[in-house]
Amino acid sequence: MIAGYGLREALRRKVFVVVLLLTLGFLGLYWLANHYVFRDVENISPPAGIDPRPFAGAFLFGLAMFATLFLGVVLAIFLTLGVVRGDAERGLLQPLVVRPVGRSTLLVARWLGAVAVCAPYVCAVYAGAMVITGLTGHWWPDRIVVPGLELAAGVAIVAALSLLGSVFLTATANGIAVFMIFGAGLVAGLLGSIGHALNSHTLEHASKVAAWAIPFEALYQDGLRQITANTTGITGFLLQLGPFGGAYTGGPALRLWALAYLALVGLVAVAGFARKDL
Amino acid sequence: MPDALEVRGLEKRYGSTVALAGVDLKVGEGELVGLLGPNGAGKSTLVKIACGLVRASHGAATVQDAPAGSREARRRIGYLAELFRFPGWYSADELLQLHQRLSGSSGGAAERDELLELVELTDARSRRVEQMSKGMQQRLGLAQALIGAPPLLLLDEPTSALDPVGRRTVRTLLEELRSRGTSVLLNSHLLSEVELVCDRVAILLHGRLVAEGSPAELARARGIEIETEEGTQVFEGASREDAPRLVAELVAAGRRVYGVQVLTSTLEDTYLEAVGGETS
Repeated sequence: MIAGYGLREALRRKVFVVVLLLTLGFLGLYWLANHYVFRDVENISPPAGIDPRPFAGAFLFGLAMFATLFLGVVLAIFLTLGVVRGDAERGLLQPLVVRPVGRSTLLVARWLGAVAVCAPYVCAVYAGAMVITGLTGHWWPDRIVVPGLELAAGVAIVAALSLLGSVFLTATANGIAVFMIFGAGLVAGLLGSIGHALNSHTLEHASKVAAWAIPFEALYQDGLRQITANTTGITGFLLQLGPFGGAYTGGPALRLWALAYLALVGLVAVAGFARKDL
Repeated sequence: MPDALEVRGLEKRYGSTVALAGVDLKVGEGELVGLLGPNGAGKSTLVKIACGLVRASHGAATVQDAPAGSREARRRIGYLAELFRFPGWYSADELLQLHQRLSGSSGGAAERDELLELVELTDARSRRVEQMSKGMQQRLGLAQALIGAPPLLLLDEPTSALDPVGRRTVRTLLEELRSRGTSVLLNSHLLSEVELVCDRVAILLHGRLVAEGSPAELARARGIEIETEEGTQVFEGASREDAPRLVAELVAAGRRVYGVQVLTSTLEDTYLEAVGGETS
């Protein structure tokens, strides 16, 4: 019921409409990019060992995955940044909290409501971008389902972090904080790629620590790796070096940790909310 | 039957600021208690503790013997906050429906119809909250608080945004609730309103209870004013029971008595005396 409340809030607050328009704009531009890149790829003579079509397809689709993650994160943050303190300051929360439903249920349900909006959205944009690349450039990712799910899970983690922040911070401060965490995660991922290219253990180690501390980035990196899981040789190696290469290998441990991380964030948020004076 | 609300030694501190400094208060079954006091006296804090929004530093509050804030206690209260908002996209009917589900009320459409009629919003049933005036939203807030017929109603400044007609509607509503046996804790700045509807009044100052009693008890006798051919004479400290004797004595002394008036202090006088120069 509260999840439905959040869902309706998303649809009525025009956030969803704005994101939808941005998404249509992005997919349109993405189609144009695919159209011109794959047209020109035909005329390129790459160095020996590089297959230009998978290289271009994976690079472009990696870019699309980044954009999908970004748009999903924007949606998740705007839906959750003011759920506790922001709504309490506006007087929206008190009439709900005094009902028998309970604070923890309210918080979990608001997260579920946000995930119910963001996860299908991310999956839809991911699928749309994949179809555009597939139909335009005749290139399809090596793994189709898992990367999309990992992107959606990454956005669900950001939504949980944003909900946790909303317990303690004002809406504006929380929005800024979560975007900064998101940015820090991306930088850590890029550093990991650079560390992998330079064979720098320090950078790789720092990136791994960041990946475990904020696993949405690691899920995204793992998703990137999955789309070229079967691409070998110089093409695969070069893709791994790029910004959308997915040098990081997550595997089942990462997915389990992501679940545990969600539970931990949820517990801290529930405990903080339970002790909060409204 | 246990008291609808019982507050014992209630204290609340926000850092070094003391909002409540040991308050004892009871709201009996079917009783309408008014809570008065200047800004910052601790009225809203007390109400918020009673409905579980704020945790007490010391002391206890119970709703029909259930600890305030517990699920059982929340089942038994209706609450209207001083500063509240409802999502603008909901219609009045949808909002009540949401709160029916949250509170587990099985009243259905009949309950919503009755509540909207009670707060005179029947015609605005399909109107969105964002299209309502502040007064209409406040009346909708009252209807929301009444969902599930809670035995205890906690109202924090329920008439602050209402015009005189709206206030009269709320007064009538409170009288109706009393006749149904609903207990009400009414936090208000409007002394006249409290005097008119409340069975008992509690005055808070700096987090302490400084006066408590029925409006009649608090409105103490100030004396008797008697008009004779020599003018008006005031007998300070005399009560209504002294009037016949005083008139008899004046008549025996050869005076002609034209009028007698028992002087009482109003609730406002008592309030001002209790809170001193504090602004409200």
